[in-house]
Amino acid sequence: MAVKHSPFDRFLLILNGLFLTVAVLLIVVPLVYVVVASFMDPTVLLNQGLSFRISDWSLEGYRKILSNPAMLRGFGNSVFYSAAFALVTVTVSVCAGYALSDSRLAGRKIFMTLFVITMFFGGGLIPTYLLVKQLGMLDTVWAIIIPGAVNVWNIILSRTFFKGVPNELREAANVDGATEAGIFFRIVLPLSKPIIFVLALYAFVGQWNSYFDAMIYLEDAKLHPLQLVLRSILIQNQAAPGMISDQLAMNELKRLSEMIKYSAIVISSLPLLVMYPFFQKYFEKGVMVGSLK
Amino acid sequence: MENTVEVDPRAAAVRRKSSAGRVLQTVRKHYFLYVLLAPALILTLIFKYVPMYGAIIAFKDFSPIKGIMGSEWVGLKHFEKFLSSPNFDVIFLNTLKLSFFGLIFSFPVPILLALMLNQVRRAGVKKNVQLFLYAPNFISAVVIVGMLFIFLSPTGPVNHLLTWITGEPLMFMSEPKYFRWIYILSDIWQGAGWASIIYVAALANVDPELHNAASLDGANLLQRIRHIDLPTIRPIMAIVFILAAGGIMSIGFEKAYLMQTSMNLPASEIIATYVYKVGLQSGDYAYSAAVGLFNSVINVVLLLTVNFIVKKLNEGEGLY
Repeated sequence: MAVKHSPFDRFLLILNGLFLTVAVLLIVVPLVYVVVASFMDPTVLLNQGLSFRISDWSLEGYRKILSNPAMLRGFGNSVFYSAAFALVTVTVSVCAGYALSDSRLAGRKIFMTLFVITMFFGGGLIPTYLLVKQLGMLDTVWAIIIPGAVNVWNIILSRTFFKGVPNELREAANVDGATEAGIFFRIVLPLSKPIIFVLALYAFVGQWNSYFDAMIYLEDAKLHPLQLVLRSILIQNQAAPGMISDQLAMNELKRLSEMIKYSAIVISSLPLLVMYPFFQKYFEKGVMVGSLK
Repeated sequence: MENTVEVDPRAAAVRRKSSAGRVLQTVRKHYFLYVLLAPALILTLIFKYVPMYGAIIAFKDFSPIKGIMGSEWVGLKHFEKFLSSPNFDVIFLNTLKLSFFGLIFSFPVPILLALMLNQVRRAGVKKNVQLFLYAPNFISAVVIVGMLFIFLSPTGPVNHLLTWITGEPLMFMSEPKYFRWIYILSDIWQGAGWASIIYVAALANVDPELHNAASLDGANLLQRIRHIDLPTIRPIMAIVFILAAGGIMSIGFEKAYLMQTSMNLPASEIIATYVYKVGLQSGDYAYSAAVGLFNSVINVVLLLTVNFIVKKLNEGEGLY
């Protein structure tokens, strides 16, 4: 049975609809602008703004971006870093979460406290950097994957989840002669696929979008992830180093630089924005599991 | 299985006698659990606790050759240097203002969005609106700031529009006075939708009968929101607020650093970016570590204080 609305309520609801429409437009318009601008001849864009005539459109920006070796390498690096990071961090955190969920683990309160303290207090940037340097991890993939691998939040989430797995399942397996490892790998893990998937998704996206660790730990440009390459194109205005071979090309680049920026944004955001609607419910689930604590 | 042993009085007596021996025994018995725990524990000790120890270089004249142990103690020299430097006021206030105003302006928006979304009765429409509102969350800081630079450049679309209306473009990215606004508004643009999820979910659990009964009693929509919806999400609001307020001094490096131009530094230099520049770009490790340590200590104090206050206000319901 629906709530009956007075005229005043109905007026408010119309207002509500208007506000939400404006909110959606505020988000959609800039994004659409970027996509349309990425196809547009830069001179037309500068003089007239957006145009929807096909003759004003060009694929030059994409051609330049896709033929840029730094961009392609960055893309490849990012795929690798994000996947490897997601794999490591989820494995480490979920295993710890499982161990900590088991009441037979002596000292689990102490361990938990050790983990939680690191959420609120840390040695800071410089001591961490010096340590990574001392371990010889500078300019290696390890610097991206290992120092941040333990995610306490993920440990808490998975621990909460494992606590919810009925004990009878484990006991039954125990009676059937399964070992502790067997219970974990064959019974508990298969049950946890959804939460593992959610955590991995978050880890992947987080790594894909970050640039800080790469900036401080990786000097070798060959190792740079996509976000660092993007940073040099979008923010430091070094439109595609390595593409500039002569003066003519340089002028051409200057003319195209805006267009290259737009295309770079589209190309780099595309993977996430395309997969996002399919995974939306998993992402939302992640937020909800997180709120359980 | 273990539980049955625990209840046994004889076992309890044995436990009392040699608890250390018993711990060893359980460890041996359940070694698999420790194997699972080990990687996270070892990595945490190395990459979180060793740097905490390393933070003592903040009290030393650190020289890479002598190492952390060998360098000489200098007490609070670096802290005094930071606190008395002319940069201190500016950087400290910039950090505080950016996060304080950020918190004040960003906090209510997701709540409003959630209350509004909650009034959308058609599930399909609601779902699609959410899809759009959440999307910016997945755009990277680099791309967001890149878009800001393009849109707000003197020849960009926003200034195109402004020149058309007022006849004059604004130097958004180079004038310090715009920095905070741009930072906070773009944060809201990117994060408000996503932050509303948790409220939307809580509101979805409100029994529709409550709204029904209230409207029969003559309550209008605003009154129902005030007396039914808001109390429902109040505990969540408290938690979100504590977390945000506690993190006020740990405002993110990534976006602020990207938005910095040599012109807007008077407003955009914050502690995090200062630590990075002094430490990793100029190599003044000890001083920079001191600034970082100063920041984290304030952070912890802040978190505990806010938690204490909210606990008082919220009838004993804090976070810790």
